[in-house]
Amino acid sequence: MILALTVLLLFQLAGEVLVRAIALPVPGPVIGMGLFFLFLLLRGGPSEEMRKTAGGLLQHLSLLFIPAGTGIVLYGELLAREWLPLTAALVGSTFLAIAVTALVLNTLLRRRATNRSTPQ
Amino acid sequence: MTPRLTEIWVYLAASPLLGLSLTLLAYQAAQWLYKRAGFHPLANPVMLSVAMLVTVLVVSDMPYEHYFDGAQFVHFLLGPATVALAVPLYAQWPRLKAMAGPLTIALVVGSLTAALSAYGIGAVLGASNASLMSLAPKSVTMPIAMAVAEPLGGIPALAAALVMVTGVLGAVGTRYICRWLRIRDHAVRGFAIGLASHGIGTARAFQVSEQAGAFAALAMGLNGLLTALSLPWILPWAERLFGR
Repeated sequence: MILALTVLLLFQLAGEVLVRAIALPVPGPVIGMGLFFLFLLLRGGPSEEMRKTAGGLLQHLSLLFIPAGTGIVLYGELLAREWLPLTAALVGSTFLAIAVTALVLNTLLRRRATNRSTPQ
Repeated sequence: MTPRLTEIWVYLAASPLLGLSLTLLAYQAAQWLYKRAGFHPLANPVMLSVAMLVTVLVVSDMPYEHYFDGAQFVHFLLGPATVALAVPLYAQWPRLKAMAGPLTIALVVGSLTAALSAYGIGAVLGASNASLMSLAPKSVTMPIAMAVAEPLGGIPALAAALVMVTGVLGAVGTRYICRWLRIRDHAVRGFAIGLASHGIGTARAFQVSEQAGAFAALAMGLNGLLTALSLPWILPWAERLFGR
């Protein structure tokens, strides 16, 4: 577990360094994920230990958002003043984005499946 | 409070132990409730935990900074957990590669819909400029949203709060929206939830199936990249469109 955690931290570190070195507008861990993915492709898959450690971390992904999420307590006043546009924008836009993304992807996949099953 | 209790409180309020324990305790309680509710999306553990913690902070009059001194140890693990998303992504790689074309189109359309509809609805209903700039990146993972909002004139911490609410909304709503649209494919559902509601949606997707989780992780990563690169170009155009 410690070895796997060390590997994850090293890839995060590499991501953070890269982001600063070439001024990327993306957080280090996201670049770290990309680098680690390339590493897995080259290596031909994760070790058993890495699979378990990654699974353990991702199973409790919800926990990791709680500290930052609790920061909402600092914006009580602004939220009270602008609650209507903020709520409408969040609810409307989130549900719209889910529906549009799911519909576009579903339509494209289905069209491709029918094209494949009926070759000319 | 008696002097003795005050002394204990002074110790606890200054030590990181309290914030850390409260976070883990709230999460345990939320997990228990989530299980009792049969993993119903409305009993989202992030939402329940945050509601409990906000109540504790308000009632005990504890500043958020003190709470975060302890909670930062949990917060720190977000970095390695993001890197770890490469593992389920690798497991789904053959299927992802086969779907590259449709996924790219869905990504671009979904990403633009998420940012522009949030900006548009907020602008029409009269949100302030700082709020609009914090709203636009609301569908992407917290660190990216905060980094994108700041140079555009948004408030990073407000962006983080809006990101959290978006995540919970997506985690709660996706099942109903997809059922209504008659979409059953876990790959499609996962991609939509990850694109629109980042890590919180991805956490929910992993509880549904590994396939949904991997597609959610992919969508979250790609939308994070795309939004970070495109919003600084798109928003000035949106500002003109809505007369700001």
